[in-house]
Amino acid sequence: MSMDSLISVENLYRYYGGLCAVHDLCFEVRRGEVLGFLGPNGAGKSTTMRIIGGNLAPSAGRVLINGVDILDQPMLAKAELGFLPETPPLYRDLTVNEYLVYCARINRISRPQQRAAIDSAKERCGLTEVGRRLIANLSKGYQQRVGIAQAIIHSPSVVLLDEPTVGLDPIQIREIRTLIRDVANEHSVVLSTHILPEVQSVCDRVQIINRGRLVLNESIEQMREKLQATTLLVALRSMPPLSELESVAGVASVERLEDGRVRIGYEVENDPSDAIVEQAVANGWGLHELTPERMTLEQVFVDITSSDAHTHGEFDERGEHGGKGEAA
Amino acid sequence: MIFTIAGRELRGLFLSPLGWSILAVVQLILAYMFLAQIDFFMQLQPRLPTLPGAPGITEIVAVPLLGNAAMILLLIVPLITMRLISDERRNQTLPLLFAAPISMSTIVLGKFVGVMTFLLIMLLMILMMPLTLLLGSSLDFGLLAAATLGLFLLLASFAAVGLFMSSLTAQPTIAAVSTFGVLLLLWILDWAGNHADGGSGSDVLAYLSILRHYEALLKGVFNSADVIYYLLFITIFLVLSIRRLDAERTQH
Repeated sequence: MSMDSLISVENLYRYYGGLCAVHDLCFEVRRGEVLGFLGPNGAGKSTTMRIIGGNLAPSAGRVLINGVDILDQPMLAKAELGFLPETPPLYRDLTVNEYLVYCARINRISRPQQRAAIDSAKERCGLTEVGRRLIANLSKGYQQRVGIAQAIIHSPSVVLLDEPTVGLDPIQIREIRTLIRDVANEHSVVLSTHILPEVQSVCDRVQIINRGRLVLNESIEQMREKLQATTLLVALRSMPPLSELESVAGVASVERLEDGRVRIGYEVENDPSDAIVEQAVANGWGLHELTPERMTLEQVFVDITSSDAHTHGEFDERGEHGGKGEAA
Repeated sequence: MIFTIAGRELRGLFLSPLGWSILAVVQLILAYMFLAQIDFFMQLQPRLPTLPGAPGITEIVAVPLLGNAAMILLLIVPLITMRLISDERRNQTLPLLFAAPISMSTIVLGKFVGVMTFLLIMLLMILMMPLTLLLGSSLDFGLLAAATLGLFLLLASFAAVGLFMSSLTAQPTIAAVSTFGVLLLLWILDWAGNHADGGSGSDVLAYLSILRHYEALLKGVFNSADVIYYLLFITIFLVLSIRRLDAERTQH
């Protein structure tokens, strides 16, 4: 384990009865890093988050927070940890202020510092205006903010956010993402989600988990390389024979689409866009659309998770059950 | 830390109408019983001086009041304790406590202390009634103290059972019903002892009855065995609750 690793998960297993929800999970979260924890529903994301958050004991393996085992010295480990579970743990009969005072106290913030800790958490989460309102009367977006405020109130070194944008409208989602990026400036963040753009916009590193196993662990730069375009969509007013298109330098394949456009495939190193434009002008093809087709994280995700389903066909049933176990 | 959680619990009771209505209803019913006892005492009073070793006002008014209070609170305490843990489980707020740097025993003790504070407020309100008798009479404070201690220990035992039952389920009503069931059973265990003619098994049952030990204290007999019985009883159920919460993380 390197010195700057804040969370280190070692050979983690978790069974629900006979069902394996998390299988031999190993990863690290470094200081100042935002880790996106990605996976379809029932992949074991929440289970892993709950284990790291000290809410669930692992069946085997261990979790170190800042070098402290969460089972051996839970008090020490949990002091470095802020956790927002899937359902924000809010007392709906309290006002935001009362709730945060309670959170500050149970997180053992010393009395003189409580005031400042609460004010700063409220300010960072944009809750200053609603401090005196009942949590029950707040919108879902604000409730989520209160949940995040609760997780960062004691300035932990790691913040775990389990699907923080679920059930929010697009504007609230954008606000929460801004907030997460802001939180990431001061804390390491582990963000679990099944929404891909979220990972693209917020995280430094992506981990994809499927059926309880880690299937991908890459930095967002490596991920971007994977996402580079290898196909162009081209629309021409007067379509030449396909063989003529194929003869353009750099074109590897040509495919006619139903709407009259063609999809042109090429190797990453030689992009034929320029050649196509030149040819189109020279031959009067009437080029009016040339779009690089970007592979989205979504496709990578689907590729990885579905190919994994093929190779691990025998776990099909288990995967579904794992999902139910997680919901329990 | 215990007091932070206890304070939250107490606030919760007073933020909802539940706490207030329970206090009001209990007070109303016991006040009626208190007045009935005073009426009874007034009828009895002319004859009392002629009796040798006649009971005083404490025995005729205060002790039956505390005895009745125990019975009414047997019905009421499950309603106060039912939400302690089950409600947090249902609203999924337990992760907040589990993720905070506090131990399970702190959580359980905090909840227990919170409920006990509420019950103590109730006990003080009940005690106000016999104490008003000081305006026109004198009281046997030794007897009153023993009976009060008995009621306090009895309530603490009720609360410990209620806390444990609440830790078992996510449904407050189930917690209330099962708490009530267990308490009533422990209460009527005594009957087996009363009716049988000295069978050793029924003696044991009678000894286990939560009522038997209260009756002794109501008579003003302070026996440390009775007090230890209650303390053990409370400890057992608190430990069981802690174990149950601990198990929450491991089993599913």
